[in-house]
Amino acid sequence: MGQRYFGEPIRRTEDIRLTTGQGHYLDDIGAGQPVLEAAFLRSPHANARIRSIDIADALDVEGVRAIYLYEDLAGPVAEPLPVLIPHPALTAPRTPYALAKDRVHHVGQAVAMVVAENRYLAEDAAERIVVDYEVLPAVASLDMARAAERHAHDDVPDNISAHLLQTVGDLDAGFAKATHTLEFDLHVERSASTPLEGKGVYAKWDADDSSLRVYSSTQASTSVRAAIAAKLEIPLLKVEVIAPDVGGGFGVKIAHPWPEEIMVPFAAIRLGQPVKWAEDRREHFISASHERGQDHHVRVGFDDNGVVTALDVLFYHDNGAFTPYGIINPIITSTQLLGPYKPGAYRVDFYSMYTNTVQVTPYRGAGRPQGVFVMERTMDKIAQALGRDRAEVRAANFIQPDEFPYDQGLIFQDGRPLIYDSGNYPHQLTMLKDMIGWDSMGERRADAASRGKLLGVGMACYVEGTGVGPYEGAHVHIQTDGTVDVATGLTSQGQGHQTMLAQITADELGVPFEKIRVVTGDTRRFGYAVGTFASRTAVMSGSAVALAARAAKAKALRVAANALECNENDLEIVDGVVQMKGAPDTKIDLGTVAVLSNPLRYAFDKAAQAATQFQGVDDFDKPPVAEDDEPGLEGKDYYSPPRSTFASGMHAAVVEIDPETFDIHIDKYYVVHDCGRLVNPMIVAGQVHGGVAQGIGGALYEKMEYDEDGQLQNASFMDFLMPYVTEIPQKELGQLELGHQETPSPLNPIGVKGAGEAGVIPVSALIASAIEDAVGFPVDSMPISPNDLYRLHERFAAGELPHVERYAASPSAATRARRGAATRTKKSADTSS
Amino acid sequence: MKPAPFRMYAPHTVAQAVATLAALEAEGQHAKVLAGGQSLVPVLAMRLAEPGHLVDINGVAGLDAIDVSSAGVRVGALVRHAELLRHAEANRVQPLLSQALNLVAHATIRNRGTTVGSLAHADPSGEMTAVLVLTGGSVTAVSVRGEREIPAAEFFVGPLESSLAADELALSAFFPAAPAGAGTAFVEMARRHGDYALSGVGAVVIPGPSRDEGAPTISVSCGFLSVSETPLVLDLSDAWAAGEDSVMAVVRAAIDPQDDIHASADYRRHITGILAVRAIREALARVREEQAA
Ligand SMILES: Cc1cc2nc3c(=O)[nH]c(=O)nc-3n(C[C@H](O)[C@H](O)[C@H](O)COP(=O)(O)OP(=O)(O)OC[C@H]3O[C@@H](n4cnc5c(N)ncnc54)[C@H](O)[C@@H]3O)c2cc1C
Repeated sequence: MGQRYFGEPIRRTEDIRLTTGQGHYLDDIGAGQPVLEAAFLRSPHANARIRSIDIADALDVEGVRAIYLYEDLAGPVAEPLPVLIPHPALTAPRTPYALAKDRVHHVGQAVAMVVAENRYLAEDAAERIVVDYEVLPAVASLDMARAAERHAHDDVPDNISAHLLQTVGDLDAGFAKATHTLEFDLHVERSASTPLEGKGVYAKWDADDSSLRVYSSTQASTSVRAAIAAKLEIPLLKVEVIAPDVGGGFGVKIAHPWPEEIMVPFAAIRLGQPVKWAEDRREHFISASHERGQDHHVRVGFDDNGVVTALDVLFYHDNGAFTPYGIINPIITSTQLLGPYKPGAYRVDFYSMYTNTVQVTPYRGAGRPQGVFVMERTMDKIAQALGRDRAEVRAANFIQPDEFPYDQGLIFQDGRPLIYDSGNYPHQLTMLKDMIGWDSMGERRADAASRGKLLGVGMACYVEGTGVGPYEGAHVHIQTDGTVDVATGLTSQGQGHQTMLAQITADELGVPFEKIRVVTGDTRRFGYAVGTFASRTAVMSGSAVALAARAAKAKALRVAANALECNENDLEIVDGVVQMKGAPDTKIDLGTVAVLSNPLRYAFDKAAQAATQFQGVDDFDKPPVAEDDEPGLEGKDYYSPPRSTFASGMHAAVVEIDPETFDIHIDKYYVVHDCGRLVNPMIVAGQVHGGVAQGIGGALYEKMEYDEDGQLQNASFMDFLMPYVTEIPQKELGQLELGHQETPSPLNPIGVKGAGEAGVIPVSALIASAIEDAVGFPVDSMPISPNDLYRLHERFAAGELPHVERYAASPSAATRARRGAATRTKKSADTSS
Repeated sequence: MKPAPFRMYAPHTVAQAVATLAALEAEGQHAKVLAGGQSLVPVLAMRLAEPGHLVDINGVAGLDAIDVSSAGVRVGALVRHAELLRHAEANRVQPLLSQALNLVAHATIRNRGTTVGSLAHADPSGEMTAVLVLTGGSVTAVSVRGEREIPAAEFFVGPLESSLAADELALSAFFPAAPAGAGTAFVEMARRHGDYALSGVGAVVIPGPSRDEGAPTISVSCGFLSVSETPLVLDLSDAWAAGEDSVMAVVRAAIDPQDDIHASADYRRHITGILAVRAIREALARVREEQAA
């Protein structure tokens, strides 16, 4: 047996390159060459008609090569951009034109494109374009959208893009059975992906070949390619799209095609010279996507044990000005809201609303943080109403380990039934409680009090559908030098895919990890793919790579068996050598097998001589390449699962509040995560930790501050407060603990579930819970700042808010927990990190 | 986010720099001095200002000195925040320097941003503006007309507005030494570590019998940032003698904070009272440490 890589915390092969300035990001493409650069003139108004545009003055700027307006577009490129994911409930989909036609619907919408010798000149010229706008009243918030006195789109008078109602079970019967009911509102603000690298596009037209090469900082290069081909009417095979190193995506780069992804190639073709556009930070804030803004109204019925008999949720989703990504976000909220629980009956009703703000498409977590916020706040409120421990109420509602596969009776975001494949929620909760010392916080509370601080502890649980279809594919190519090339159409944005996919390949083939090269998101190497989103790479591409590697291996064994004159079942591959099981002296290098797999007439190098036609032929009646076979050692396969696989997590945090300034400090953070089998625990830990960091941003700092006119007040990192490392609990400082439970997925060949979004999902819910626990009044809206907490405290002091009591676990539950701890120790010992 | 076109000048001497500024002024041109660029460059990149000329003083000789005497610390125009922060001698003479500088932005910005530049920028949220006023310091300015010394109280005219003339260069700033036996402290609250503060307070506490007959035996003064149009200093000796509640009341009545997206005026007023008390307590604790040592 050679070394096994699956499950090992192997250092990321990407990192040396990326951390020493060797990365090649979009803006590095064409550096030092004569590349034209583009700048876009963007609408300064949230809602306006364009009366006229005057570019005469701008054309006078020296170095300007072209200025494009809507009127310069014709054919498919003049049509609105596509509605990527149509849905029957999306009755009024709206998408922008590549350049605004006669209307703008948000500040930042692209109105004109300037191409110049460099970006400075392009911006100088853009500043000189004169647009005459008729400014209309803007729909700047969900409240304004619901009031419908103003209209984000002239032809959508109610501002509603979609309305969807799903019901499972008998709601009325559920409420009739309930001995208690509660009703309340919960609110989550807008945030955004804000990757370090913004979007960007580089396009180069080859007039001799009539072909187009495009680099885009995207999460979906194959689909960007298809969109460009369609919009610009170029045969698909004449378009290549490559995602170079991408400095983060977090969802925003799955939306496509962006106006710039169409307009940059458009200009490159027209001008016969490479054109580049690299988004700047302000552009990213006002013209990429946002997410998370939702208002929820909850009615819940439950019995004396806190078991939910009926759950009725109505929510309004702010989809911004356009719906290119359909209603995926609110669908995810409505389905993933249920988490690890099984309410007796459930009704969820949502309206997706237009506002004159930046469009909304998925941001890491995609609707889940809101759903989890709703469900977990509900659990806390039930515990409060009953005077019970918050963990106990959660446990009373869990799906039990013997109930899998568990059908929630809803339709998930992939259009398939919401059936959980596997999980073990009670054990996960026990692990978490044990980690934090949930039932014995007394000493820590006293210590905080002695320092004049209020200590609070909160928890939140979630289940995350990951690895959504429809499919991913992979190509594995064993070269004559024994190295292996792996390609996926699916892209990377820094997650460590090259490392993780190489680990899977190495084990499947029996080849040293170092011999494997992985390329992702390059349509020249792999044409069919969906993209990187929904925590799907390990599940989808990981499985496809495993299957493709198995195919390549099968072929290698077949060819080697022929050469060694033995049965292929007697062969194995160890450290890149094909050898006889039990008789390792009978062997042949995998590289040589690759040589033999390709019968040659011409020896292009020394190794190739072995495969040429006079080197000995065993059977002159057989064709050199057998029927049904092909030259070379390659494997290509696809993985297409019946439905998503469901990861889960439970987080807890200890916060300290300054009772005078209301400063909020996260003292300790705990995670118990379950994403099935771990390909690389270090990468998973990094993903979870990064997710927690983004979640803390959403819980305490990040918010899009739109004023009443739809102007974004904080479109810079000076005022949009992404947390620094100083705001994030550090594992190395003992501030973050991470444990793993492994319930393998039965749905895929490697037993994995997704991990990419996990960390971000429950953070707002548990920070709200912890703050509430510390201050003793309800926290129903996130994010929350010291200023907000001060305001709530003022209202609490004025008697406008109820008091939230603290309830410990009942003695019987505490005993149960102790008994659980005894059985748990063994299992967690080998899995927690 | 690319600046509008500008012409760049790289003088090597103060004389060249002020001559350039004077010539541009005479032509009615809009010129700006470029020091560390940490405030000016973002403003240019976002085209919030489009000066046609930048006079880069980074190559001017002799502006990078920190001169420490028993009277105080003189800081040259090219001294970076980071250099002043780690200058042990300067901080022995005036501990408020490092107490405040620790809270100015982040290490990377302190490596380029200059202390004098942050005074010239005259942002009432800048820590060093509050320190200059609280310590009763001054700025030395130079132009073709000659040198002049501007006392802190006259230097800050309004938010982002100093009394420097358009063709004047700030040569250095002078921070007087802390009085013997004094205790100092600087506390603030920011949304994130290193952000401009929602509110901040520097305190100087001088024990022992003071100025007049019958006056309190402890002199307490505080400088405030982010809660007034120009840096504010209050003598809180009487208030402190009357108790912490009195300090909070006096402070909250004296300041004039504004609402912005990070905090309401109300909240700023609330925490500034608390921060003042905490700053004074901390400064007093230092006095006691000194006395015990
Ligand atoms: C992310 C970030 C966070 C920050 N946080 C803080 C903070 O918390 N607290 C804080 O105080 N500051 C903060 N700053 C600002 C920082 O301290 C700057 O360095 C400082 O304000 C300006 O110094 P500078 O040398 O960079 O000046 P520049 O940016 O070069 O110039 C600023 C202004 O002063 C003028 N000027 C500069 N030097 C002179 C001179 N010698 N004579 C005449 N005019 C001159 C310029 O013309 C310009 O108008 C932050 C900056 C950033 C980018």
